[in-house]
Amino acid sequence: MKTGRTLLVALAVIVAGILLAKLRVNPYFYFAGYVILQYIVIATAWNILGGYAGYVNFGTPAFFAMGAYTAVFLIRSVHAPLPVLIVAGGLVAALLGLGIGYLTLRLRGTFFSIATLALAVVLQTAIINWEYVGGSRGLSVIRPSGPPFGNYVVFLFTVMGGLAVVSVLVARFIERSWIGRGLAALRDNEEAAECMGVPTLKLKLFATTVSGFFLGVAGAPFPYYVTFVEPNSAFALDYAVNALAMPMIGGTTSWVGPVIGAVLLGTASQLATVTISSEMNLFIVGVVLVAFVVLAPEGILGLVRKLRSR
Amino acid sequence: MAGPLLEVEGLVKRFGGFTALNRVSLSVKAGERFGLIGPNGSGKTTLINCVSGALPVDGGSIRFEGREITALPPHQRTRLGIVRSFQIPKPFTSMTVRENLGIPLEYAAAGRAGGEGSADADEILESIGLHAKAHLRPAGLTQIEMRKLELARAMAARPKLLISDEAMAGLSSTEVDDILAILFRLNTQGITIIMIEHIMRAVMRFSERIVVLDAGERIAEGTPDEVVRNPAVEKAYLGE
Repeated sequence: MKTGRTLLVALAVIVAGILLAKLRVNPYFYFAGYVILQYIVIATAWNILGGYAGYVNFGTPAFFAMGAYTAVFLIRSVHAPLPVLIVAGGLVAALLGLGIGYLTLRLRGTFFSIATLALAVVLQTAIINWEYVGGSRGLSVIRPSGPPFGNYVVFLFTVMGGLAVVSVLVARFIERSWIGRGLAALRDNEEAAECMGVPTLKLKLFATTVSGFFLGVAGAPFPYYVTFVEPNSAFALDYAVNALAMPMIGGTTSWVGPVIGAVLLGTASQLATVTISSEMNLFIVGVVLVAFVVLAPEGILGLVRKLRSR
Repeated sequence: MAGPLLEVEGLVKRFGGFTALNRVSLSVKAGERFGLIGPNGSGKTTLINCVSGALPVDGGSIRFEGREITALPPHQRTRLGIVRSFQIPKPFTSMTVRENLGIPLEYAAAGRAGGEGSADADEILESIGLHAKAHLRPAGLTQIEMRKLELARAMAARPKLLISDEAMAGLSSTEVDDILAILFRLNTQGITIIMIEHIMRAVMRFSERIVVLDAGERIAEGTPDEVVRNPAVEKAYLGE
């Protein structure tokens, strides 16, 4: 029953997206909306590892850029179509997640986070020195002509909407399955979880892989969105900060949290970019994050729960 | 079953240059109430960590029901039936008491005798006297309730061998009796129990057989009476 209702909601979101695409609204709406949808995917993906399993990943830009640069490579080498880019970008980032999981998941807490931060730096350096995908100068990407509907930005907006729906559904499924319960156990106490029969290493590898996959998926359409890819924008610090801030502000223990966080923070920073300055949006994210960590460590969901139980 | 349930042979564990366990051997029979004692730092918890798989060993072997398990990861040993409780309770803090039991029911006991389901969790909580707190988070429990949760969660994993690591430290004497009664009852249900304890009154009353560790070596073994009268044990605890 409940799953059926969720599927209906998901369908409604997609239909609404297409209808929105048919309407002739200010094109900037799609441009900004794309970013927010992209952040729903990123925050949701990050939360599978960071929220459910409790492993804080500072390396979001590495996974995102992995998706983006896989796309760049495939566009340049074989002119692969968008669906192929998305799947390939996701798979490469998933592989990166699995690898980094094997290498670093024996590290706990802060050490894991530091390792992921280092990963982003290492990969960025590698890309800077890889001329084929543009190196440090970057590379212009030409969008394919004739999108299936609307103009290309509207099309990308709709695609990203679909990806957001898929990632949220997957996160929700994981959360409510035995996997989610096992991840929650190891987040609470890894040693006790292992002693209660939870295969912690396997579950953590699953989480890094799935999380990596969707971070890569979020990055794959990026070259077509910006049409000019260079390391500084693909590896932007914004992704690391937002990926962490959005779930924290929304609430990390449920799939709803990252969505709320991404919509709120994403909208706020888009508004700030337009009205104040583009430099202000990270500042706003920082201030809001600090406020939440101090005042509502369990995010908006935690606040709501507290108010309800009163 | 002919052989012992748990057989530890020549176990060696070193931390850097420090030998925490020096060729320790012991065997526990099925259905036995087994006591493991020794002064602080004698290697009791290290031994338990090796048996449960939390620490890799540097030598020797561990067999359970005749099966070599020395290289198995902890969660697989739990599934075979070796379950431990922790000295300092380690509850899953984001879950209710009932959900805490759900983890071992789902992960360790599923597919084995006992099965799964919240009915089982309620039954265990009822038997241990935590039923009224089933919906609470562990943060809302008292110290003794926390210990009971630790035991209840271990029971939910449907152990064949339950290792109770200082389940009674810091409890009042009526509370100690409370926990002892639970452990006795589990034993009559056929669960073999290794008790690690500093409270002599409890461990002497409970154990059928006791092994004494001192500085990583096994210095004595016998019935509680024999162990108490053993001069080596006296020396280990009180000095010369």
